Amino acid sequence: MSPPRTLFDKIWDRHVVVDRGDGYQLLYIDRHLMHDGSAAGFAKLRERGMKVRRPDLAFATPDHYNSTSGRTTDDIPDLQHRALVEQIRENTKAHGVTLFYLGDERQGIAHVVGPEQGITQPGVTLVCGDSHTSTHGAVGALAFGVGSSEVSHVMATQCLWQRKPKAMRVRVEGTLGPGVVAKDVILAIIARIGAAGAVGHVIEYAGSAIRGLSVEGRLTLCNMSIEAGGRAGMVAPDDTTFAYLHGRPFAPAGAAWERALAHWRTLPTDDGAAFAREVTLDAAAIEPMLTWGTSPEDAVPITGRVPDPAGAPDAAKRDAMLRSLEYMGLVPGTPLDGLAVDRVFIGSCTNSRIEDLRAAAAVARGRRATVPAWVVAGSGLVKRQAEAEGLDRVFRDAGFEWREPGCSMCVGMNGDTGLPGQRIASTSNRNFVGRQGRGVRTHLVGPAMAAAAAVTGRFTDVRRLAQ
Amino acid sequence: MDPFTTLTAVAVPLDQANVDTDQIIPARFLGRTREQQLGGMFHDLRLDAGGRPRADCALNDPAYAGARILVADRNFACGSSRENAVTVMVDNGFRAFVAPSFGDIFFNNCYQNGVLPIVLPAERVAALRALLHARPGSTITVDLARQRVVGPDGAEDAFEIDSFRKDCLLRGVDEIALTLSHEAEIAGFEARSRAERDWL
Repeated sequence: MSPPRTLFDKIWDRHVVVDRGDGYQLLYIDRHLMHDGSAAGFAKLRERGMKVRRPDLAFATPDHYNSTSGRTTDDIPDLQHRALVEQIRENTKAHGVTLFYLGDERQGIAHVVGPEQGITQPGVTLVCGDSHTSTHGAVGALAFGVGSSEVSHVMATQCLWQRKPKAMRVRVEGTLGPGVVAKDVILAIIARIGAAGAVGHVIEYAGSAIRGLSVEGRLTLCNMSIEAGGRAGMVAPDDTTFAYLHGRPFAPAGAAWERALAHWRTLPTDDGAAFAREVTLDAAAIEPMLTWGTSPEDAVPITGRVPDPAGAPDAAKRDAMLRSLEYMGLVPGTPLDGLAVDRVFIGSCTNSRIEDLRAAAAVARGRRATVPAWVVAGSGLVKRQAEAEGLDRVFRDAGFEWREPGCSMCVGMNGDTGLPGQRIASTSNRNFVGRQGRGVRTHLVGPAMAAAAAVTGRFTDVRRLAQ
Repeated sequence: MDPFTTLTAVAVPLDQANVDTDQIIPARFLGRTREQQLGGMFHDLRLDAGGRPRADCALNDPAYAGARILVADRNFACGSSRENAVTVMVDNGFRAFVAPSFGDIFFNNCYQNGVLPIVLPAERVAALRALLHARPGSTITVDLARQRVVGPDGAEDAFEIDSFRKDCLLRGVDEIALTLSHEAEIAGFEARSRAERDWL
């Protein structure tokens, strides 16, 4: 009898093309997502005079450099950025890769589009030249980000040389309290294990609270695995996953669906499979979270206070905290509930799906934003769905800006940035120094917490607004 | 790719943990030519809002001019997958990084550019940074074949590296060409995959 295996083991083992015997294996890649930052990968391919080996396994959409004020290249004022967006069209056409271009309703953030289209499936290996590729593990795929050299390697060979990472399991057991969402769960996990807590590991999220999450919640969870240093994050596929995927454009249909389903049901981790590391969190103890500093590990409950560096475990951590506090313009001991914000961003591959927009709209409904607030849907289809539900009216009536899909203020590559010193409540994934513009102070929160900050002008425990 | 064998060079210390690739090259420098990115390396760490060099940043100290080795802290180059974080440092002369741990994607991107990322114990990395601060402009030697780092104090440390990565760096192997030499295995995998998972 073969030893019990993890979900990760099962996917990895199936994709080994060559085993060198020295720890390195050539891994086959089933799905490759491309975006407007993939131009460098295509350029490297062109230098060698090569074509994309399997254009049928590749899908592309511009997301990083496109404007969120309009859906044409004319809306992109920076000519170098405009050229990058145009290049994804030219490159995909030359290589026969499926493209969801500006103006196509299916265009959006690659990590929203992949699952939405059913391109991301259980049991597949998937890469993209973007660190948040970990998102796709939410449906039971092995998905990870790579740099532009490895992008071109996958284009040329459909494979990657990899050393198998270790497996780590994070269990969240019990029931989440009212107003506590997937974003709070992942921020609590990163606060617990640290920004380097999962380096060299693939995380499998398990436990009753994870089972209880929708696929959209699991996408938020897996998305930020990279913020804990994880190579990838995964959730075992289950009936929730299958119901989500059924009927999506690129998901299998008919008899193929039944064959796929039979395979997918074999994927979950076997009883007794070994993990290099296990961590367990109590779901009931998790509160709505936000970050106070400049690393995603600097996350605390909204009921908490800005921490005091005097309590740091060592001098290096104290120095890091002092630097963060100075950058963030915060004083130790200040209650976070009530801290004034200048601006709000709702969007990104972390939190721009329909459930995120519904949660934010539920708080915005009948209220009025007191600071500038943006809502950037994750894809054209999310935007259309939200409009069909009248969410755009709710946001507009509350004074929020309703914008076109893209990465936008999460990374600011397209020029969507804040001003120096601005304090931003953001549903994105990185509160790094300068991430949303030089000198901008980013606090990571979930969508309802972001909407609460918009309508009160302050970080506010969303559970109070819901009452 | 240029082979990497041994390197003796000035090393510059960077004392912060969790330095992310947004710090190494801010997003506003992406989507530009490599030449335009050159001055973007550690831009906001090096320069204040008025564009003046920060006095407390070793990267601005002329004593470290010509540095080709960076000695960093825990979780160096975490975050975004932008390979520009490696290439902008290569274009500024760097060929090796020493840290207690690295962001996984950056770590892999180094090998793709003929750059050696070296993991040493946190205490030794902190000691190396202290030695460099005490004598700015000191050199470190990296000997890949022997897997040794020789500090400014003359002390030698062994480091681990996968034999595959070591071999690729020493010989300057073209990874795509190497993979294409396995065409038969790749084609065989694809044929099996079509039979076993025909829905993909």
